[in-house]
Amino acid sequence: MFPPLPNPSTAPGPARFGDKDLIRRSASTVTPPAQRQTEVAKLIDVSKCIGCKACQSACLEWNDQHEEVGVNTGVYDNPHDLTPASWTLMRFTEWVNPETQNLEWLIRKDGCMHCEDPGCLKACPAPGAIVQYSNGIVDFVKENCIGCGYCVKGCPFNIPRISRVDEKAYKCSLCSDRVAVGQGPACAKACPTQAIVFGTKEEMKKHADGRITDLKSRGYKNAGLYDPPGVGGTHVMYVLHHADKPEIYAGLPNNPKISPLVELWKGVAKYAGFAAIGALAVGSVLHRLVAGRSEVSREDETNAQRLAREEETKERASP
Amino acid sequence: MNMELSRRGFLAGAGAGVAGTTLGAFGFGDVEAAHAASIRPFKLANTAEARNTCTYCSVACGIILYSKGDLKKGEKAEIIHIEGDADHPTNRGTLCPKGSALLDVVHSKTRTLYPQIRKAGSDKFERVSWEQALDRIARLMKDDRDRNLVLKNADGVTVNRWTTTGFLAASATTNETAWATYKVVRSTGMVVFDNQARV
Amino acid sequence: MTNSWTDIKNTDLVVVMGGNAAEAHPCGFKWVTEAKANRGAKLIVVDPRFTRTASVADVYAPIRQGTDIAFLLGVINHCMQTDKVQWDYVRAFTNAAYVVKEGFAYQDGLFTGYDESRRDYNRSTWDYEIGPDGYAVVDETLQNPRCVWNLLKQHVATYTPEMVERICGTPKDKFVQIARMIAECASPTRTMTSMYALGWTQHSKGSQNIRAMAMLQLILGNIGVRGGGMNALRGHSNIQGLTDIGLMSNLIPGYLTIPTEREPSFDAYMATRGFKPLRPGQMSYWQNYRKFFVSFQKAMWGEAATADNAFAYDWLPKLDVPAYDVLRAFELMHQGKMNGYFCQGFNPLLSFPNRKKITTALSKLKFLVVMDPLQTETARFWENHGANNDVSPAAIQTEVIELPTTCFAEDEGSLVNSGRWLQWHWAGGTPPGEAKHDTWIMAQIHLRLKELYRKEGGPVPEPIVNLDWRYKDPNEPSPEELAKELNGYTTADLTDPNDPTKVVIAKGKQVPGFAVLRDDGSTACGCWIYSGSFTEAGNQMARRDTTDPDETGAYSKWAWSWPANRRILYNRASADRSGKPWDPSRKLLEWDGTKWTGYDVPDIAPTAKPEEVGPFIMNPEGVSRLFTRGMMRDGPFPVHYEPFESPVVNVVAPKVRGNPVARVFRNDMEQFGDAKEFPYAATSYRLTEHFHFWTKHAHANAVLQPEFFVEISEQLAKEKGIKPGGTVRVWSKRGSVTAKAVVTKRIRPLVCDGKTVHIVGIPLHWGFTGAARKGFGPNSLTPFVGDANIETPEYKAFLVDIEPVAGPVA
Repeated sequence: MFPPLPNPSTAPGPARFGDKDLIRRSASTVTPPAQRQTEVAKLIDVSKCIGCKACQSACLEWNDQHEEVGVNTGVYDNPHDLTPASWTLMRFTEWVNPETQNLEWLIRKDGCMHCEDPGCLKACPAPGAIVQYSNGIVDFVKENCIGCGYCVKGCPFNIPRISRVDEKAYKCSLCSDRVAVGQGPACAKACPTQAIVFGTKEEMKKHADGRITDLKSRGYKNAGLYDPPGVGGTHVMYVLHHADKPEIYAGLPNNPKISPLVELWKGVAKYAGFAAIGALAVGSVLHRLVAGRSEVSREDETNAQRLAREEETKERASP
Repeated sequence: MNMELSRRGFLAGAGAGVAGTTLGAFGFGDVEAAHAASIRPFKLANTAEARNTCTYCSVACGIILYSKGDLKKGEKAEIIHIEGDADHPTNRGTLCPKGSALLDVVHSKTRTLYPQIRKAGSDKFERVSWEQALDRIARLMKDDRDRNLVLKNADGVTVNRWTTTGFLAASATTNETAWATYKVVRSTGMVVFDNQARV
Repeated sequence: MTNSWTDIKNTDLVVVMGGNAAEAHPCGFKWVTEAKANRGAKLIVVDPRFTRTASVADVYAPIRQGTDIAFLLGVINHCMQTDKVQWDYVRAFTNAAYVVKEGFAYQDGLFTGYDESRRDYNRSTWDYEIGPDGYAVVDETLQNPRCVWNLLKQHVATYTPEMVERICGTPKDKFVQIARMIAECASPTRTMTSMYALGWTQHSKGSQNIRAMAMLQLILGNIGVRGGGMNALRGHSNIQGLTDIGLMSNLIPGYLTIPTEREPSFDAYMATRGFKPLRPGQMSYWQNYRKFFVSFQKAMWGEAATADNAFAYDWLPKLDVPAYDVLRAFELMHQGKMNGYFCQGFNPLLSFPNRKKITTALSKLKFLVVMDPLQTETARFWENHGANNDVSPAAIQTEVIELPTTCFAEDEGSLVNSGRWLQWHWAGGTPPGEAKHDTWIMAQIHLRLKELYRKEGGPVPEPIVNLDWRYKDPNEPSPEELAKELNGYTTADLTDPNDPTKVVIAKGKQVPGFAVLRDDGSTACGCWIYSGSFTEAGNQMARRDTTDPDETGAYSKWAWSWPANRRILYNRASADRSGKPWDPSRKLLEWDGTKWTGYDVPDIAPTAKPEEVGPFIMNPEGVSRLFTRGMMRDGPFPVHYEPFESPVVNVVAPKVRGNPVARVFRNDMEQFGDAKEFPYAATSYRLTEHFHFWTKHAHANAVLQPEFFVEISEQLAKEKGIKPGGTVRVWSKRGSVTAKAVVTKRIRPLVCDGKTVHIVGIPLHWGFTGAARKGFGPNSLTPFVGDANIETPEYKAFLVDIEPVAGPVA
């Protein structure tokens, strides 16, 4: 058995990482720490997952989130999508394997991948609203968020969600509060079958190797690790039985990359005065006065797309 | 006693690797690091702990109740978090979606809080005191038993059997509650007596 | 469970059939995951639905609900035909060689002695031939055509792979693949575990479903060994404890039984409980019955139970029927023959079949008392909730008293898990409002009754006024005091039988175990199988030592398990006749020439010689039973019977409807539907997101699975014009519900005997109180009939019709 995550201590103690360990900060420059912390990772072994939603439950409880009671729409996915309160979600896919004709019920825990090269952070125009620690955790800082929604557009995995209540962006923090005191994320502690494990990224890769060997011995010849290089690797990784087809797992991107639009939006936003406001760290009140609704406007998006087309045309024109 | 023992359980023993090789080794050298802006304060600091067992299925996962205020010190205790007990041999700290949300059942908005009586034909419950409720129950029981206890059967055999009032026992109460219940129910001669094991 | 959750890691093959362990017991299921990851174990799931357990299985096969016996007897047939039998085990530890009486026979689905008018058997021929020495006759050569082995071989021959496919709808190739995988476990070094739950019990032949698998496990030599066993996963956190302590009409704690009116005296009662060994030298442990019974009476009535009054034998009620189980209780209530009812942490309005009948029955009561930490539907059965509870309060004359109780987090005590571990827990929170412990409430009721009888007199007050209630605070006995009573204590000095001057245990001490209990009134013990749980050495249930030598998964210093802290039942059978482990790599016990040594407490005396004493000490034979004699009402071997409501006729016994001896009350018989009117085979079950009707009160769980739905195949949806997420009406002969439709590939039509059978899956978690959306339970639809032996209602197989309807769920 993979060593279980320890029980939390109730004795107050200092945090094991903090601002000095920042390696990226949105719309700002940081001085990188002299020494990078050991990178952490969460490994989600889809082949061991029983779809019980303990991770969802533990996440709601630990983070004191209040999700709405929804409805049944003919599927097991509840809520139906990630929300500002639900930072993780089991996505269920009924897939008939064309080779064996056997039904496979693919169940994937969706949530922030904590990319090494985080598109959300890069897209974010608000200084310090998104930070990345040297251990790999990408965290949102609510106080600095202006609710513009750029992080949603910047994320290759479509993860962050904007709250209609406070117009702030939310996503999984990898339980930074728990990791900071030497614990693992609440979902990993709870996971009944250890389909979710947590540790250093190196350890997780090693553990994944063992799992992949077992899966291959059971006939899953394309079993493999999902640690997509297009975003510099991730600090949440999957073991997939069919790693050659990540898209069958409820649309897990085959080769995720940060959209080239991200940088361009930021350019557009400059014209709109967005980033400037962000840079001045003015709160959302002023932000609304100037920019209206706190999301990427259709006009911005159209402009960005136009610019992107022009960029592409330029690229093609100058080989 | 048990908290002490548990600390010497798996994690210190079999699971020593955890602290040594993973979580302890993130390179977080010194401890004086300032709390980062994004990281919320650890919510279990200074809470009291109690070892308990999940109330749902009979895997019987070990859980820890974290409370503000400590019952053991005679204080009022409000449970603020419930988590799997990593020292437990069966669940090793894990919990299912029900167990992970135990806090929500403890603090459910639909918990019963006061004794209530709904009178015959009424469309509502009315709050009563424990004294009123218990006196009423004892009266109803005795009247029914006095009227309907079967002392002897047709053959004259002493049977002391009470079949007109029944008792359906629980499935999640403790053995000790079960025993107290058994004694009280059996002593009345009640035979319409069953529990959840049947279904 | 014969074994424990942590022992499952030792297995080579897990068969989940009659259960859905990954969904209903996720944290226990981790040990299946461990066995797969570390031992290369395989997982087989056989279920009408492709469940979340199936999603991680190596092999899944569909089966029509209610046909498990045909499947399992098919596997037994396969093993016998292909000689995949652990012969040394079968010869040494089962009754394969026992010769059955002349006159016993089986034909067309019935055994000898059937009386249709009584729906019962005369079981006199279902027994062994007894030799002149007074012992059962055995033929070690297995040549006698009447020996159990040959009768069984003949009995299962019907269940060929083709017949299994006809009955079960399981494709033959899948069945054969699974039968072969199981048969490999006949090797002494390969072990299979059976994990089952209510998918097997909730049938009119539930007990026989389990017997069929137990027989298979014996043939494969998988009982009593590490990684083997019959593992009933059990539903609720202390359902094992409540059963152990005998909170049933016909039980006394520790599986002793309440007297019947045919037993007017203590001597008459004991006459049928002698349990003389059926083979020489066997322990036949029930020979100690009298000690356990007298000690129980002493725990009940203390000094008032004496030899002179036959230890208060008359104060126990005497039964006139086998049991006043819940179905009988609600039948009596429905007939207007009951006046009062208590529900302690139980919600019958949603838990018992044929809800319409339950509502009518409750409406005929004079009073109903509900003790619960949550606002149950039962306590509000008189409240109108539109379509979800369409009643008229004014027409219901039942007085309802609702008492708020504490929940697990606010109380202290022990619970028994499926693996028989008694684990102590401590309170962590202050009860809300005026909620009180159940122990306080029961004490208050008792003290008030006692006072009323003292003041007013009345019939037979003795058992009430003499009930032993010497607690420090009579208003609320403490968990420790009650636990100590369950363990047992001496009421007088216990002296050495060989030297009466020598005191072995002084008066007033906790007993160390049931071996010291006596039948002369010098010991008191609430529940003999718990003896050893709270001794002079302290509360053994509170132990938290996680050491586990050689990582066998026994954890014998963690908590305490009954009996005698034994972790695997029948563990002597883990070694061969001479006492050597079948599989040295999975040693459990071993005979070292003078005594048994190993990782567990042996279930026979530690110095009992291996060749002499059989491992199955509770049986007078000393061996296990492939043939159960007359101990089960519906036959010494299992037979495939269709559910009472079945989409097809029984191909092995066309004239028999349902289980021929299951008790059916007259009005309920008329309420059974047939396949012409109700063409679809329905089944009910739990979902992993919820626990019965409790977690709908927990907000997070209401979020995870918010609304009542039913599941059907894509084919049936197409046939009926039902859209995914659309609303449907489902109805049976007894009621109707509306639900959302989940249309899924995980349920598919089966072909049984040439007929297409569609399955409708109905989960059970919704009602009209709590945080989740209002909905219905399957009990609005299910039939009012139970298992022939233990009356567990037939929830898993019944008939319905379905149609799309407009609009949202009411």
